[in-house]
Amino acid sequence: MKMTSFLTSVAALSLMTGAALAQDRSVNIYNWSDYIDESILEDFTKETGIEVVYDVFDSNEVLETKLLAGGTGYDIVVPTGTFLSRQIQAGVFSELDKSKLSNLSNMWKDIEARVEKYDPGNAYSINYMWGTTGLGYNVEKVKEILGEDAPVDSWDLLFKPENAEKLAECGIHVLDAPTELFPAALNYLGLDPDSKDTGDIEKAGELLKTVRPHVQKFHSSEYINALANGDICLAVGWSGDVLQARDRAAEADNGVTVEYAIPKEGALMWFDQMAIPADAKNTEEAHEFLNYIMRPDVMAKASNYVYYANGNKASQELLNEDVIGDPAIYPPAEAVENLYTVTSYAPKVNRIVTRTWTSVKSGQ
Amino acid sequence: MDEPVTPPSKKRSLGSWALIAVPYFWLALFFLVPFLIVFKISLSQIAVAIPPYTPAFDLSAGWQAFRESLSELSLENYVWLTEDDLYWKSYLSSVIIAAVSTFITLLVGYPIAYGMARSPAAWRPTLLMLVILPFWTSFLIRVYAWIGILKNEGLLNQLLMSLGLISEPLTILNTNIAVYIGIVYSYLPFLVLPLYASLERLDGSLLEAAEDLGCPPWQAFWKITLPLSLPGVIAGCFLVFIPAVGEFVIPDLLGGSNTLMIGKTLWVEFFNNRDWPVSSAVAVILLLILVVPIILFQNQQQKMQERDG
Repeated sequence: MKMTSFLTSVAALSLMTGAALAQDRSVNIYNWSDYIDESILEDFTKETGIEVVYDVFDSNEVLETKLLAGGTGYDIVVPTGTFLSRQIQAGVFSELDKSKLSNLSNMWKDIEARVEKYDPGNAYSINYMWGTTGLGYNVEKVKEILGEDAPVDSWDLLFKPENAEKLAECGIHVLDAPTELFPAALNYLGLDPDSKDTGDIEKAGELLKTVRPHVQKFHSSEYINALANGDICLAVGWSGDVLQARDRAAEADNGVTVEYAIPKEGALMWFDQMAIPADAKNTEEAHEFLNYIMRPDVMAKASNYVYYANGNKASQELLNEDVIGDPAIYPPAEAVENLYTVTSYAPKVNRIVTRTWTSVKSGQ
Repeated sequence: MDEPVTPPSKKRSLGSWALIAVPYFWLALFFLVPFLIVFKISLSQIAVAIPPYTPAFDLSAGWQAFRESLSELSLENYVWLTEDDLYWKSYLSSVIIAAVSTFITLLVGYPIAYGMARSPAAWRPTLLMLVILPFWTSFLIRVYAWIGILKNEGLLNQLLMSLGLISEPLTILNTNIAVYIGIVYSYLPFLVLPLYASLERLDGSLLEAAEDLGCPPWQAFWKITLPLSLPGVIAGCFLVFIPAVGEFVIPDLLGGSNTLMIGKTLWVEFFNNRDWPVSSAVAVILLLILVVPIILFQNQQQKMQERDG
């Protein structure tokens, strides 16, 4: 999957740069893999005449490395809130010109309020999608191995070694995202998921290490296909990605049923924000794209395709019932209370988090 | 003829200086300058900024500011490397993985090179072509192809299961075995080519003489062919070993999360920690480790040239 998306993006990139030479106006977008209905990009080009050069990544860390190196050539990038706040601090982005964003009025005030934590006043970014980090599982296999009353709505499925050990035979994948797994482990231990205390981080590391022998792979995008094909039976993954796996399995009609659960102990709520780098060349076009994406029909189309909730209130009446009505995508108010958010780590703490994560992954 | 004549030797030495200057210029531009930049970053401190370290030299700020930023440099990042056993474990594991794969590559590559050198002269260009042919496809794509071959539902397991040799699929992908396969496959031509060159030059009359004198073929191989092909063996082994130590793509794509190699550690340091200073320190140490075999290789090449010349 990763490879196909990589190849298509390379092919698209080369085709589009060719086309861009002929046309003057273009916008370079760097977004997460499997994160957009590509017809949105085509429609945008048809409507505005602006060519879209679209490129993808699958980790916030890679995006940040590029942004901090400078001169990425991208006009719009999509970091998660925690990373965005640190990048704003480093001076990576330019403030949005809100006079060019008439569709801002469509945005959802609740989400904007939560994003304040990362981007005060929402001065640098608009919300693209938001979601949760929870558990994706293969219904039949989990029930077959752990019985009918398997704790599918709980982190026990992963963090209780006896469960993980049994599920290991059919395969467990975990996101390669320390900034999401440490909060999950801390939360499970009853500690503050946003803790920056190195003692707490070590405790979370210990918990993750007990599960480590049962994890087949730490990867942030392969689990979509692996779940859909029935290669694995449990993944710590992002809500929409798991739901995409659910749909692929249903389409393939291969006897695999995938479900997503927001564990009852709580789960991380995150916000992917679109922002414009300070060194972007096509800021005019970037604003036009942001304004376009905030149109209710466009945003609804995007969410209907990727199965993530968006920060656009006006788009909600245009969403398909299986999106707006799915509590895994738009959790009801009481479930939202159970979700937590985290802030970014300072560089020295980040070093300890990554080091602990490396030792978890390598078993060293 | 009293006219003074410039001694030809002097002229030649001027010309040869110019000739030597080209590779040295190359070395300075593409090795020394980047190395100094990396070395400088390795003495800096991590920061939330673009670029993510301090101090970043600003030459326009003048001499005084330059000297001040010089005094801010420290060896702290190197101390950090010694405090955490991850780094030397990665170095050690990389060297072991590279050494083992070099040895396997030699075991696989020697018969290939030998067979090529012994084949009828008319076939040799074709055989040589076949060795080089894989380079026409991107390295990355060839490594990706191995994922398709080695994974649990992959071609290899399907073949072995349909032959009835195994009943359960073998787990090869995401283990060190897959890394060995990947390295041996990718670097095989680098070993075969120099080895073939030295085997091809081998004087066939020596073997004929040995045969005439009643030496059995395996002994003739052991006493004549092998020693004479040694320069090719050494050159080929270095060409495999040196890049394999710093390999990143193969362990990242084929290896599991417990495959520890310095290339991966460096990547994590750079991309996940965004810690340029420490990753630069790791790179400087890696370079120092590799300098030893490179110097050995140089010496060996020189000896060979002297002997041939």
